[in-house]
Amino acid sequence: MKRTTVLLCMLLLMASSPIAAAGQPDQPDVEEIVNKANLAAYYSANDGRAEVTMTVTDSQGRERIREFVILRLDVEDGGQQFFYVYFKKPSDVRKMVFMVHKHVTRDDDRWVYLPALDLVKRIAASDKRTSFVGTNFLYEDVSGRNLSEDSHELVETTDKFYVVKSTPRDVNGVEFSSYTLNIDKENFLPMKAVYLDKNGKEYRIVEALKVKEFDGIPTVTVSKVTDLAAGSSTLSEMKSIKYDIGLKEKIFTERYLRRPPRAVRR
Amino acid sequence: MKNIIILWLAILSLVLLPAWAAAETVPLKDRLYDNYGLDLAGFAETRWGGRLVDDSQEKDLSLGEARLQLDLSRDFDTFIVEFKGDLLADAVMEEVTGDVRDLSIFFSPTDSMDVKMGRMVSTWGTGDLLFINDMFPKDWQSFFIGRDDEYLKQASNVIRTGIFIKDYSLDLVYTPLFQGSEYIMGERLSYFNPAAGAIVGRDMIMEDSAPNRYFSDAEIAGRLSSRFGGVEAALYGYSGFWQEPAGMDADNGKASYPRLNVWGASARTPLFGGIGNVEAGYYDSIHDENGANPMVKPSEVRFMAGFERELARELTAGFQYYLEVIDNYDNYTGTVPEGMAARDEYRQMLSLRLTKLLMNQNLTLSLFVYYSPSDEDGYVRPKISYKITDNWLLDGGFNLFWGEEEYTFWGMFQNNTNGFAGLRYSF
Repeated sequence: MKRTTVLLCMLLLMASSPIAAAGQPDQPDVEEIVNKANLAAYYSANDGRAEVTMTVTDSQGRERIREFVILRLDVEDGGQQFFYVYFKKPSDVRKMVFMVHKHVTRDDDRWVYLPALDLVKRIAASDKRTSFVGTNFLYEDVSGRNLSEDSHELVETTDKFYVVKSTPRDVNGVEFSSYTLNIDKENFLPMKAVYLDKNGKEYRIVEALKVKEFDGIPTVTVSKVTDLAAGSSTLSEMKSIKYDIGLKEKIFTERYLRRPPRAVRR
Repeated sequence: MKNIIILWLAILSLVLLPAWAAAETVPLKDRLYDNYGLDLAGFAETRWGGRLVDDSQEKDLSLGEARLQLDLSRDFDTFIVEFKGDLLADAVMEEVTGDVRDLSIFFSPTDSMDVKMGRMVSTWGTGDLLFINDMFPKDWQSFFIGRDDEYLKQASNVIRTGIFIKDYSLDLVYTPLFQGSEYIMGERLSYFNPAAGAIVGRDMIMEDSAPNRYFSDAEIAGRLSSRFGGVEAALYGYSGFWQEPAGMDADNGKASYPRLNVWGASARTPLFGGIGNVEAGYYDSIHDENGANPMVKPSEVRFMAGFERELARELTAGFQYYLEVIDNYDNYTGTVPEGMAARDEYRQMLSLRLTKLLMNQNLTLSLFVYYSPSDEDGYVRPKISYKITDNWLLDGGFNLFWGEEEYTFWGMFQNNTNGFAGLRYSF
């Protein structure tokens, strides 16, 4: 169960779901692969903390930086979890907090805290495929895509990867027609996802560029999303990664929106 | 003339100072943090606006200013000290002023209690630019002339305590001396003066006499809240004063702030793929003598319901219905002098907000509309803002007031319709 990366939030998308493709006898079936990949990418340890810098580069080479601290607590592996994102840069969003209660069976609950107005605002979570704070990462890249939203097929097994093709069950509401995921055979981390648009053309790539172990947990520390159509990309770099720091559920409440917990302050 | 020169020097220095600080090899920000653990941020901006309709009572320039905001905080681990202050050079009022937006200390005396005391901005409730149980000071004048939304909320001197037991939170905000909201009194924006029977401005600035005795003119606001599944519910109570003049002091003829208690409740929940909210409050105007006191605004019931959701990618719409009902209406109408228009028993208002994000969320187009079918008046605020870089922000918009009558809530501001634009450098 718990292993692997955290934070990940930002990390790669993966998805998987209970459609089992019958595998060959010596390898796991696709359901097991995508489940393990989901746990590896989004549910490492019981909780985690990381400092993240995202650098957005647009088609003209202009850069914008987003810097934040992210906390994650799992209520149940593969199930409910909480995220707390505390922004440090740029200065117009400094001290802003974004909080998510992720649910598997219903829409997520999301809040944002705007310090200048001391305002706790609840935001609708209907569209998870919108940009996360103006980067090429989507909300779904940050908190994970529900495995049951796609059907999964194991298309190839290479020396290093399980190659899984995922097709959305409901094509309305998503901008892709399918995506192909390379999942590391050893640690089950999703290393690369290539998205095809509705015309079957590649337009979006999410890839893990660097993996390091923290407390024995393989963790993607550098990842990148490239939007081939727009010519822009976002590089996400994580540092100060820590697992099992003993986060409590109460941190993920309005009280701590208005006053950031010690875990994000340093 | 001399004032104008000083003003321009102030504006210039406010804009150049941060540029100088940023240009140093080791930025001031980093030195402060590395040497003293001080976290510094802030911005410098200049912002201008003009009236779009003739108003003989007021200047054509509705907004003209340079502002420097500095935000300094230090985390001492067991407590946090924060300071946020603005220095404002104002070409409309021809003055340079300071405004402390935050000067506070925060600590947690026990695991289930938070205390923040000092000067700060406070907000609660569920409405979007509609407030029922949020009795903290506001500054609609700043909002109406096109300052940043941040300035809709005024800072006030309070002791804020939060007590957290199991799933319940009890927040208490004690204000030792009533402050009240900044209201439209003719100095900068024109308004309807019932005594004059007309829209007036700088030649008839409203005078008020505010409560001014520490502790006996205190305010206390409380909120008990919890979450039941996806539903956030809260009960509110407030004891203090009307936040804007709501009566007349018989001794000196000045506008007064009569005593007021407010009792209310709210709920907010995910609904139909969006967020729904309801909120209600009873405004108990203690000295209104059941509406029969001509010197005091009568008690009211206030209610609102709202719904917000995403219509399409990066396009969000919010809709609200708001209702104000005057309690003991017959008693109230008996106090209205002959020839003066009485308020309607029911005042209804609708609001619509549309927000569209474009260009990787760097360009924001927004529209906020208030419309009252009962008063036949409204207020429209289209706004555009563009993040040129992570540091530079350009924004602009309009404040459009409209009304069939001069004495209704929005109608009285009809000569204040204006356009504005601002440029901000954040650091």
